[in-house]
Amino acid sequence: MSHDMSENLPEAHDASHGTDVATHGDPFADPGLPAHEPRRTDIDERAAQRAERQVSLMFVVSMLATVGFIASYASIDADKIVYIFPLGHVSALNFALGMTLGVALFCIGAGAVHWARTLMSDHELPAERHPIEADDDVRNDVIEQFKTGAAESGFGRRKLIRNTLFGSLALVPLSGVVLLRDLGPLPEKKLLHTGWVEAEPSKPLRLVNMNTDQPMKAEDIVQGSLTFAKPEGLEESDEDFQQQIAKDALMLVRIAPEDIKDAKSRDKGFEGILAYSKICTHVGCPISLYEQQTHHALCPCHQSTFDLADGARVIFGPAGHPLPQLKITTDEQGFLVATGDFDEPVGPSYWERPR
Amino acid sequence: MKKLSARRRHPLAAVVVLLLALAATGGLYAAFAPAEKAQADSSAQSLAIDEGRKLFAVGCSSCHGLNGQGTSDGPSLVGVGSAAVDFQVGTGRMPAQQPGAQVPRKKVIYTQAETDQLAAFVASLGPGPVTPDSKQYEPSSDPVTNAEQVAKGGELFRTNCAQCHNFNGKGGALTNGKYAPSLEGVDSKHIYEAMQTGPQNMPSFPDTTMPEEQKREIVAFVRSTNDEPNPGGLTLGSLGPVTEGLFGWIFGLGTLILVAIWVAAHTTKAKKS
Ligand code: FES
Repeated sequence: MSHDMSENLPEAHDASHGTDVATHGDPFADPGLPAHEPRRTDIDERAAQRAERQVSLMFVVSMLATVGFIASYASIDADKIVYIFPLGHVSALNFALGMTLGVALFCIGAGAVHWARTLMSDHELPAERHPIEADDDVRNDVIEQFKTGAAESGFGRRKLIRNTLFGSLALVPLSGVVLLRDLGPLPEKKLLHTGWVEAEPSKPLRLVNMNTDQPMKAEDIVQGSLTFAKPEGLEESDEDFQQQIAKDALMLVRIAPEDIKDAKSRDKGFEGILAYSKICTHVGCPISLYEQQTHHALCPCHQSTFDLADGARVIFGPAGHPLPQLKITTDEQGFLVATGDFDEPVGPSYWERPR
Repeated sequence: MKKLSARRRHPLAAVVVLLLALAATGGLYAAFAPAEKAQADSSAQSLAIDEGRKLFAVGCSSCHGLNGQGTSDGPSLVGVGSAAVDFQVGTGRMPAQQPGAQVPRKKVIYTQAETDQLAAFVASLGPGPVTPDSKQYEPSSDPVTNAEQVAKGGELFRTNCAQCHNFNGKGGALTNGKYAPSLEGVDSKHIYEAMQTGPQNMPSFPDTTMPEEQKREIVAFVRSTNDEPNPGGLTLGSLGPVTEGLFGWIFGLGTLILVAIWVAAHTTKAKKS
């Protein structure tokens, strides 16, 4: 296409500028601006028209794609699944909407770029860089004015005005601080206790299996198993179930008593059945990636790892405390029960948390 | 009555009484004898145990000991039951390539018949979970009941399984290089057995804490996630934010950077057109 009009074009490498400047004398002399090179579309009207057609073609494609978007929205069944090669089985509607909208937006962008590069004015506008500061005259003038202003206001002389001004300026930000109160109210004792607080030695609370909603006997928990429990009386239909279970959730594991390294933790359990809080002490994710051979429980959020055979000691990761353990035993009928709350608050640390 | 008393003295009376007594004892025994005992005595079963013992000696005894009592290289198999054998051997995990915390799934080298014989032998070492039959694990084929099972199973899965196997069963990482494998394409039977027996580091979910029916519902849910089409296209492993973020940062931002470089390198002026 271009060979027939090449005589219209300037030499590709115009030697008039640039090359001869830096060779003599100062090797770092300012080479100045490169010569202005006209684009093909500037000199060749046919090229310009072609570029114009290309740009408008892209805009037209964008319009068609938008029409396609609306058409596919209206016509494609939302449940239709089709096979598209690298993607596999996908929803035809999702695919069509994404494709058409993508093409529509891309063509507008590409058309605009092409337009700017080929047809819009290409005058080069050098913008010189200067130091940011004002020149000396201006600066002196401003400093002078400031001094006069200060002298005329009597700021240095009238101490009362000055001090009250300082005071009022210092107090204004407080209004912002007061607004922070809206983040409250403080949690008070709510974080200290869980639903197990209702358990007492005289009135023990049964552990209820999350799967079956039934209380459990000790022999139901076999070694190597993992069971989740909630306090008796907490029902999934309760209005505040989610808030409650976020603190009350237990995981029950059974470890051969001789494998439990921490004697205190062994005593809190019942014949090797240990009841730990399911809530990570880092930022409170539910943890229960329990490895029954190593007795490690891993938190999926930031990989805190607790050794359940050793009082849920933190052996890796950001958690700051071991998992709280609930003291359990059995009642006369042999069901697992708790006789009190956790010794320490469950979940992440907070300022008022007792050490 | 007269007739009977008249014959009491008959010389054959004692024999008749003895025969009657023997028949009664035999009948009572047949009615009340424990069923497993009777099964264990059946020759087919003891034949399977014998065959299993031979297979065990060749393939398993180097780690688990000749009598399955366990050695320093492998745990004791007394009381693990036939379900555990059927799972471990049936998914190719056993015999293990090398000892270690993670025993990966690989090509199955025993036929189902051989696996059953091995299972029979190990089951004879001590009672344990029994290989389930398809009535226990296959989800209902009735669409309505099935949908119900899937819904309940989904809830149970999110409570009990999702933490390790990911919310749609794609698996995930554990500690020290261990991982929870993907559940994609795993036999219903093997999913059921895994819950029953707790292979390797997976905790077990015995019938006492997760009744049979609930296990079946979980299987139904896993089956349905396996066949679920994926409306959005590229799943990136369905692993959630890790792969999606990585993809976004590398390919999304990478493409934008390349475009930016290309635009900048070509100036605003088109020399050719
Ligand atoms: S929340 Fe468990 S490690 Fe961060």
